Amino acid sequence: MRLSRAVRDTLVGALIAAGALASVVLFVTTTYFTVLCLIGIGFLALPHLTTAVRWVCDLNRRAAARSGVPVERPYRPEPEEIERDIVGWVRRCKWILADPASWRDLLWLLLNSVVGLLLGSAPAALLYYAGEGLVLAAGLWRPVAADGTGRWYAFITVDSWPAALAAALAALAVFAGWLHLSSWILKGHAYFVLFLLGPTQGARLASRVRHLAETRSGALDIQAAEVRRIERDLHDGAQARLVSLGLTLGAVDRQLDRNTEEARRLLNDARSSSVQALRELRGLVRGIHPPVLAERGLADAVRALGIASPLPVTVVADLPGKLPDPVESAIYFSVSELLTNALKHADAGQVEVSLHYADGALHGQVTDDGRGGAAMSAGSGLEGIRRRLASFDGVLEIDSPRGGPTVMKMELPCALSSPKTSSS
Amino acid sequence: MRVVLAEDLFLLRQGIIQLLEAYDCEVVAAVDNGADLGRAIAEHRPDVAVVDVRLPPTFTTEGLQAALLARRERPGLPILVLSQHVEQMYARELLADGTGGIGYLLKDSVLDDRQFIDAVRRVAAGGMAMDPTVVAQLMTSHSRDEPLAALTARERTVLELMAEGCSNTAIAQRLTVTEGAAAKHISNIFAKLMLPPSSDNNRRVLAVLAYLNA
Repeated sequence: MRLSRAVRDTLVGALIAAGALASVVLFVTTTYFTVLCLIGIGFLALPHLTTAVRWVCDLNRRAAARSGVPVERPYRPEPEEIERDIVGWVRRCKWILADPASWRDLLWLLLNSVVGLLLGSAPAALLYYAGEGLVLAAGLWRPVAADGTGRWYAFITVDSWPAALAAALAALAVFAGWLHLSSWILKGHAYFVLFLLGPTQGARLASRVRHLAETRSGALDIQAAEVRRIERDLHDGAQARLVSLGLTLGAVDRQLDRNTEEARRLLNDARSSSVQALRELRGLVRGIHPPVLAERGLADAVRALGIASPLPVTVVADLPGKLPDPVESAIYFSVSELLTNALKHADAGQVEVSLHYADGALHGQVTDDGRGGAAMSAGSGLEGIRRRLASFDGVLEIDSPRGGPTVMKMELPCALSSPKTSSS
Repeated sequence: MRVVLAEDLFLLRQGIIQLLEAYDCEVVAAVDNGADLGRAIAEHRPDVAVVDVRLPPTFTTEGLQAALLARRERPGLPILVLSQHVEQMYARELLADGTGGIGYLLKDSVLDDRQFIDAVRRVAAGGMAMDPTVVAQLMTSHSRDEPLAALTARERTVLELMAEGCSNTAIAQRLTVTEGAAAKHISNIFAKLMLPPSSDNNRRVLAVLAYLNA
């Protein structure tokens, strides 16, 4: 176990060392063409070189992640729709040169040509040295010592059998060192990678701001669309019904003395008009904020969804407290949409919904035994769910192979307030 | 008939009081919150309590909880629950104790005074009054289940009317068939659902609802 790990670490180390050699070349050429950008030419080469630089950096990030030090990519997103002419090339270079991460990459390349070479080759060197000691102790010292000089291993002059034995012990110690230290050496390199190739506080904040700006505008779009829908529904529905109700009552007023039969018939019309208006308002209210969610909280509201679905739905909910209202609402409508999908598109026979809270996030999962093949596409219901959850930094994960089963996972970071303290 | 009413909206409360009194029901207490409802029921021991689900102070299911509590203290206490929306989940909770005298209707039902009074009387007499939407939901969510799938369309309609609380006579009227034909459908339904035959109208309905709620 430890042996195979040390072997793999040695191989990765060798790759890092090879990368360090490439670092030198990349550093020199990239610096050269960056300077050439100043006088005009260089624009054509820089983007390609940057791709190569970032590729090498990404490999080192992956090596770092393997050593248990995850390093995020700090680069700014590439500008969209870049022209394929000279203007496009210049814009691309501007994007590269304006990103502090590009300069940190360069600095890292320079330092890595030494640090990477030393640390990366260290495990291999240790292994080689241990091997050399053992071979020497096994008898190679004799022909070597024959010319009268002897051979040094560590601090031992190997020129006799006792010295050979001591050398063998020293070699074993080096081997043990290789076995135990390799992963630590790589970890050291990983921290070096993190130090220069990870996002700086500023870059992290900038990327966070970018994400927030995107999701905020998404949330505002959703909200604006909702408000428009509500306005339209009220205008065409309840409002129109109330107008017709008023008109009918006016007609009743005119007929009251002349034709009581007719007046009674009109009153019945008026009544059914008001029933219809109430029904439409009820539907609208359900779409805005389902009453059962307000009355019972998320777990019971999702159970109510399950009960109302024509499919057999099992709901397992373990929520030790109350979630913030907007989060409850987002999850409720997402589950509702997923249940509808399971019924309409997946042709499922049964559905399982689970909700639980762990590690500062709400985890929801909807599993159906339908035909699968669900995928995110623009304008689809799933895209709507993704956007709804994204406003809360939540994610939707889709696992739906053809032939099923479909597993939809939602994760929404949120705080949980203590139970039984729901506000009215 | 003596009624305790719990409804927090003043206009609606007055309207229901007028409606009930117009049909010779005596409203012995009209309250606007859950705590008062419990006290009024204990004090006046009414023939039926008409209760809004959502009441102050929490505006969640205060009325429903108070009604269920009162029913635990006095099993079989007839309760008619009114709401702006109906949830099958609440219907299950109301029906859980398996005794009669339960009504669960949309507030819209007060718009048709005769039907509303009919429901109040039925519940007070230990019968049922379920909103058609609840019944329809029950039916769709079980429509794939055996043996409900074995029912004919007509039998299904009859079952829905039974679940709403209609008597044989009312079912016959609604479907414009003879009472004998209605009774025939009903016995077919019971045979198909393998429920024990019983002469008591209310018990049958409860059996059906318990079966659907399972």
